[in-house]
Amino acid sequence: MPEIIRPGKVFDVCIIGSGAAGGAAAKVLTEGGLNVAMLEAGPMVHPETDYKEHVWPYELDHRGAGIGGGAFTDYTKTQFMAPNGYWSIEGEPYTKAPGTDFQWFRSRIVGGRTNHWGRIALRNSDADFRARSTDGCGDDWPISYQDIAPYYDKVESYVGVFGTKENIPSAPDGIFMPPPTPRCSDLVFKRACDKLGILCVPSRRAILTKPLNGRPPCHYCAQCFRGCKTASNFSSSQVLIPPAMATGRLTLITNAMAREILVNDEGMARGVSYIDRTTRLDQEVRARAVVVAGSTCESTRLLLNSRSRQFPNGLANSSGVVGRYLMDSVGSNGMGYIPALEKMPPHNHDGVEGMHLYIPWWKFDRKNDFLRGYHIEFGGGRNMPSAGMFHGVCEQHEGYGLDLKRHCKQKYGAFIYMSGRGEMIPNDDTYCEIDPNVVDEWGIPVLRFHFKSGPNEIKMAKDMQETFRSIVEAVGGTYLTHTSPEGDSPYGLEKGGAIIHEVGTARMGKNRRTSALNEFCQAHDVKNLFVTDGACFVSNAEKNPTLTILALSWRASEYLLDQAKKGNV
Amino acid sequence: MSIRVSRRDLLKNLAIGMTAGPALSTISAQAAEHVHHLVEQERTDAGGTGYTPKFFPPHQDQLLRTLCEMIIPADGETGGAVEAGAPEFIDLLTSENSEYQMTLGGGLAWLDSSCVDRYSKPFLDCSASQQKQILDLIAYRENAAKNPELGPGVAFFSLLRDLTSDGFFTSKIGIKYLEYIGNTALAEFPGCPPLPES
Repeated sequence: MPEIIRPGKVFDVCIIGSGAAGGAAAKVLTEGGLNVAMLEAGPMVHPETDYKEHVWPYELDHRGAGIGGGAFTDYTKTQFMAPNGYWSIEGEPYTKAPGTDFQWFRSRIVGGRTNHWGRIALRNSDADFRARSTDGCGDDWPISYQDIAPYYDKVESYVGVFGTKENIPSAPDGIFMPPPTPRCSDLVFKRACDKLGILCVPSRRAILTKPLNGRPPCHYCAQCFRGCKTASNFSSSQVLIPPAMATGRLTLITNAMAREILVNDEGMARGVSYIDRTTRLDQEVRARAVVVAGSTCESTRLLLNSRSRQFPNGLANSSGVVGRYLMDSVGSNGMGYIPALEKMPPHNHDGVEGMHLYIPWWKFDRKNDFLRGYHIEFGGGRNMPSAGMFHGVCEQHEGYGLDLKRHCKQKYGAFIYMSGRGEMIPNDDTYCEIDPNVVDEWGIPVLRFHFKSGPNEIKMAKDMQETFRSIVEAVGGTYLTHTSPEGDSPYGLEKGGAIIHEVGTARMGKNRRTSALNEFCQAHDVKNLFVTDGACFVSNAEKNPTLTILALSWRASEYLLDQAKKGNV
Repeated sequence: MSIRVSRRDLLKNLAIGMTAGPALSTISAQAAEHVHHLVEQERTDAGGTGYTPKFFPPHQDQLLRTLCEMIIPADGETGGAVEAGAPEFIDLLTSENSEYQMTLGGGLAWLDSSCVDRYSKPFLDCSASQQKQILDLIAYRENAAKNPELGPGVAFFSLLRDLTSDGFFTSKIGIKYLEYIGNTALAEFPGCPPLPES
């Protein structure tokens, strides 16, 4: 529903984006008494009608394979996924420098990418904040684990995260709900890891196993990816926006594509210009402070497009670092066939969607062939049948007839999958910038990506592949993934952006010549401008970034609130 | 009819819940499940598939249906790919995908013309042993490696086998055949039955 804004109205804060960072800021700022406008580029989400929870594949004409089977090559094309998350958006391109392969996942909906994420909620460790001091690469953060720990506590207490206390130095404990009982595929991994001396513990996921603030616990249908009608998993749209709305101080403006952050003669942010996607009319929101939370690369694009007489290189960019230090996670995947799982009697294997156990970084206490670390996410077993599930079996078995039919049944549930997720070290060849030649359908200049993986990333992917194989073979299975050290994807290394953990392009730091923001996500150059999403990261630990984004945005918002009360912004 | 009314009422109530307050509302898992079971029931009540092929002309549709059933046939335990609606699923996807149109539309034509070359009649008019003979050639990649003339047939059959498996195993009877248990709301997750030693 478009809001009618009285001309001349000045909000205390304008937040751009409604995902993890925007949602946390909206909750903290409105509950603190500020009047907030929030711009979201997409429409409202309506869980009751938008989510396909509990729908069987045969209830959809396309069986979940998407129009023309599009989901076989692009999973966002399945009609099962929570709405408006895309690998490509018509009319809104991005470009890639020659030699760069990069994918950019974007959402256009209230709640942003929190509607689509895996709900893996891992804390950065103490060492993750001081990488340079540890091994001389990258940079240290201006904050320590002690600074952020209270905000991890607040976030976990409010959104609800399951897990167990394990005292693992690389994977700090949090405030946890009890974890769900392991399923068979989890136990296969546990058995293999016990043999190999690899840590394997209950995973940490933002899914309720106990009621919290009126949200019922998970009902174990394994469909988080479709969106959860009971809001038993965390999304900004269902968990952070509602309490902000309830204060009566949040004005949510949907279908609002931010074009530029406006500044006054003193070089302070005075509002945001946006285009209303439903009318194609340019509009403006005036505010005393601006929080940029549009997702790492969208926020970067907005800063770089906000050029003015005072800020010819874009806003918050006197250092020139905006767009640089782009990082994704190092990703490599594997698959195995486990005969023991073939023998399992039919049983309900659903659980929460995704892993109940996981492998945290376990080689922190030794010297490895590469710097930093990775964790392993996994799954498999008797999941709900889906389009594409038997392509691999058909390909391997070939033939046709009763023999094929029975073979598929026999193999159903006997496969496991592993995803290594590791820390990438930033490099000078990986960044994004404004493409001077291309605008999107709204007339907004688009991003051009440059991405290169270094030798450390390749060595890490090699180690992942070796570990996957050893796990599968430790439980009598056959490792099915073939990778090569050569080519575009050495050891199965995923292309940049594919893991959807892009961060770092407006990093925080103590030195205003080498960073864009201070430790509270406040721009060094513009006191009333904050960037609270993944752009503020200094390094990209092997942890999935969302929990840290929530904690940093919460922390920045409390600081902004305090400064606003003191009259400093 | 009473089912339709109650479904509409339920959806209406959900819609009211949605617009009444500024905050997003949630519904119970039981209510979510209930809606879907009603939708499912409604579809079943409508009876039959009522599907008119969008891409394949009648003679190719007939050939497609025959091949689907040969790939995943009915047996004593359960129906096959045709009962599962695989031909309709494949036709729908093909009508939207130009690559499938080329591979599947072209592949069906290739199969018929190959049968005419070999047996002087199209596939459906061939004897059971002739049909088996040609399928046994295109159902395995190594045959195309030995005889490149079989290449288009092998590529066609590989895609058709994939899509037929999708159509069957995502159907109600296919899911039952696999003995998948789930897609329900549970108060507690039971975990894994005793895992056999590997």
